[in-house]
Amino acid sequence: MPTPDEVFDQVLAEETAKGSSPAVAQARAKAARVRAQRGSANPSKPDPSTAPAPKRDGATAAASGATAAPAAEAKPAAGTATKAAPKPAAKAAPARKAAAGNGAVPERVQRLLAVVKPEAIQKVERQPMDRVNVWPHLMAGEFVALLVVMAILTFFSVMVDAPLRELSNVNQTPNPSKAPWYFLGLQELLRYWHPQVAGVTIPNVLILTWFALPFIDRNPSTRPDDRKLAITLWSFYMLTFAVLTIIGMFFRGPGFNFIYPWEGGIFFEL
Amino acid sequence: MATRRFSPREIARELPGKLHGSQVWRSIFRPGSIFRRGYADSPRNRAYVVMNSLLYHLHPVKVKRHGIKLSYTLCLGGLSFFLFILLTITGIYLMFFYRPSVEAVYTDMQNLHTTISFGLLVRNLHRWGAHLMVISVMLHMARVFYTGSYKPPREFNWIVGVVLFLLTILLAFTGYLLPWDQLAVWAVTVGTEMGGSVPVVGNQVRFALLGGPVIGPETLLRWYTLHVLFLPFIIVIFISIHFWRVRKDGGISGPM
Repeated sequence: MPTPDEVFDQVLAEETAKGSSPAVAQARAKAARVRAQRGSANPSKPDPSTAPAPKRDGATAAASGATAAPAAEAKPAAGTATKAAPKPAAKAAPARKAAAGNGAVPERVQRLLAVVKPEAIQKVERQPMDRVNVWPHLMAGEFVALLVVMAILTFFSVMVDAPLRELSNVNQTPNPSKAPWYFLGLQELLRYWHPQVAGVTIPNVLILTWFALPFIDRNPSTRPDDRKLAITLWSFYMLTFAVLTIIGMFFRGPGFNFIYPWEGGIFFEL
Repeated sequence: MATRRFSPREIARELPGKLHGSQVWRSIFRPGSIFRRGYADSPRNRAYVVMNSLLYHLHPVKVKRHGIKLSYTLCLGGLSFFLFILLTITGIYLMFFYRPSVEAVYTDMQNLHTTISFGLLVRNLHRWGAHLMVISVMLHMARVFYTGSYKPPREFNWIVGVVLFLLTILLAFTGYLLPWDQLAVWAVTVGTEMGGSVPVVGNQVRFALLGGPVIGPETLLRWYTLHVLFLPFIIVIFISIHFWRVRKDGGISGPM
């Protein structure tokens, strides 16, 4: 079994060979040495490779592995441990309490003050982002956007009045009867297909697809060049519904029959 | 004892400083607030403006530089939220003059148009603002798709966003009935007929929504309650989750 200092040299050489920066290599080597020290100072516990005790987290298990196995194997194990660490760390406190409960008087009740993610300690290579203060840079922009929209909306509201037709009359169906504009795409589809399809199946499939979208699109990249299919499909879908909605708005006259708005007039109110 | 008299000009000069230094003022505005006396444009104060105010629930102290570019977000999410607030305010004003009973509703609508101060303007703002909110939520959804912002770790926030989109449509649709004119009632008739063709539960759902087999007085009261109380209540909860997750998932997405 190598001594902690041997582990340190081994991991340092391993990391340098991999091309990590000196700071990262040293940090990892130091961490490995500490873990090795802990492992050798506590010989009573069982061999981690055969029976890992439940209270010990992945990080220590990997470190003990590093003491026995070649460092080449230890490195990927440590990599997984970095990800798996937060959960076991949170579990550690109850496990210790349970151990103390086996006859002995509980020494102290631990309170979980914070969970420090391992990246925060070890991930030295994280790129510093170019960041700006929210005040004033973001908030000024937001405020201007708010004012512009408010101005446009007020101007529009002064110029154009909301429609108010005569009192509703159940016995007098207006011709044509149109749904609000956001449903006109579906109403347009109802012209072509059975209500079971256009009014039920299609909206439900659409909604389910929206919900499932992040799990359907497994492509991790956000660059437009890598997502040509996704962007094409989405644009096609949006365009289809825009066209259907516009047809429903302007190209449907009495009886919901097709007309040209420049010939038959516009049968649509917002 | 001779008391010194202050001229109006002196008062105008002295008062802001006195006020901004008073204990009342300082108890309201926390250190770093731009409304405090002696606000200096320092890096520390720029951080304090956000950190020491309610804004900290919404914005972090710093954001990625690319995130404040208008071309990335087009400000659509923020505008949707702003429109929601505008609709809440104008909606409350309209509620003062609106009774959701079939006998009174149309008279109230006409009064809103003719006799009530700013009634028509506020109604216009509410209606056009509502249409604009539906559009801005749709465009926000499209923007999020095109920037790939629904990808890990933001999958759940996309789902919350879809819920918000559906709630927005429902709010718009329930509000559409409330003027109780020919346009409103028949548009809602057409819209709810689609729902009636859902197999098995369609007619029951439609009955529950309309409060009867066809649109009637019960529908008006029911949709009014949904529109002014129930749906806003639900949407506020989801908006809160949405904003909270934006922060927890690492702020604005990108750069692409």
